[in-house]
Amino acid sequence: MIGDAIDNDQVEILLNDVLETHGYDFLEYSHASIKRRISRLYALDNFVSFAEFRYTVKTDKQYFKRFLEEITVNVTEMFRDPSFYRALRNDVLPALGTYPFIRIWVAGCSTGEEAYSLAIVLKELNLLNKSLIYATDINPSVLDKAKKGMFPLNYLKQYSENYLQSGGLKDFSTYYTANYSLAKFDETLNSKMIFSTHNLVSDHSFNEFQLILCRNVLIYFDKELQHKVFNLFDGSIEKLGYLALGSKESLEFWPKAKEYKRVKMEKIWRKL
Amino acid sequence: MAETVNSAPCAALIIGGSAGSLDVLLEIFPVLKSDISFPIIVVIHRKASNESLLTDLLQSRTTLKVSEAEEKETLTAGKVFIAPADYHMLIEDDHSISLDYSEKVNYSRPSIDVTFQSAAEVFREKVVCILLSGSNADGVEGLKNVNNYGGKVVIQNPNTAIMPYMPQQAVLGVKPHVILDSYDMADFINNLNN
Repeated sequence: MIGDAIDNDQVEILLNDVLETHGYDFLEYSHASIKRRISRLYALDNFVSFAEFRYTVKTDKQYFKRFLEEITVNVTEMFRDPSFYRALRNDVLPALGTYPFIRIWVAGCSTGEEAYSLAIVLKELNLLNKSLIYATDINPSVLDKAKKGMFPLNYLKQYSENYLQSGGLKDFSTYYTANYSLAKFDETLNSKMIFSTHNLVSDHSFNEFQLILCRNVLIYFDKELQHKVFNLFDGSIEKLGYLALGSKESLEFWPKAKEYKRVKMEKIWRKL
Repeated sequence: MAETVNSAPCAALIIGGSAGSLDVLLEIFPVLKSDISFPIIVVIHRKASNESLLTDLLQSRTTLKVSEAEEKETLTAGKVFIAPADYHMLIEDDHSISLDYSEKVNYSRPSIDVTFQSAAEVFREKVVCILLSGSNADGVEGLKNVNNYGGKVVIQNPNTAIMPYMPQQAVLGVKPHVILDSYDMADFINNLNN
């Protein structure tokens, strides 16, 4: 961006610092997106020079928390892409219903909207009591928000529409209580969730799952990193388990894609 | 500055628009040459649903291949790439496409500013950006970047735009290379051919 000028070299310097000092590796993130996030933060926080920005990111632990939260994208919503949740409800989760115990990983869960959406569908299928949702993110502060299960009330009209379009059976407002500007979701939903930090770039598999949801996370990774993460997922999905991606993401060019079968028109694949 | 770079060959054309811009696109597309020597990227505000409607509509009006942009796809000459609904679209140095689901910009996703800025950084003086009809100011900041990098700024004549606000804001804020009526737009694009 001209004018406030964080250039490609500076992005690389900064990301190398972040890796060396804080242990977070963003070097294989899609360059244009991460550069835009960094330039945006630099302008937002009114730094006067790149040197000052670099020094602060490197030495100020408190500021680094903000850096981490701001350069990763934490925009999410409940029941985003209603047709996707319809497929989960009608095709995927019923197939998992025969298992005695269902383990699901929401990778890159951000503030938790997808985990709560999933829990609602599980509840309506009478599967929630035998399910466990592992919700992970690189970013500890968004997990704190996710644990609380409180979302801004002004989004709830949209979420409620999404929910109904996805085949929701109830009055959506029965799942939350309005509390000033926030909607607090029913605690039976997050009683079946485990929140933990996990970095898809550097951390390993930690369990076997019947379903992994990772939606709109991989678009921020370059091709090689995407394939590494697919391998990580592959090592974490049981046979006949499912992998669900965002509406613009695909397994297509990954070498092991042949071992997975697409579920209808959605971005859901079943391991063969 | 613009005068010195008029001769730079066009490496990418970005067309941004909002309310009232579809009519212009439908006027332009049938007249486009079939051997356009650069990629055309279209960023139009619209609802998150109706996924392929815009793509199908534009495809029906041209022999150029029109498709919704896929993430990591590489821009190629003579093809039309539509920024998908509800994603920002950015361009990498290797001319591949990155999609981004970050915060809306100017209440919009895709935001015209985001793609204009990204294209300006990558293609510099070889980018041509056209801003069409619309009723918010998305695209104006992006056009400033295009100007700063020496690219060409083209604005639809607000007097002939269905929604004049967006091109008006652009004319007030940015020095355009040229202001065009919708019926002159296709000729202008065809003449960018190298």
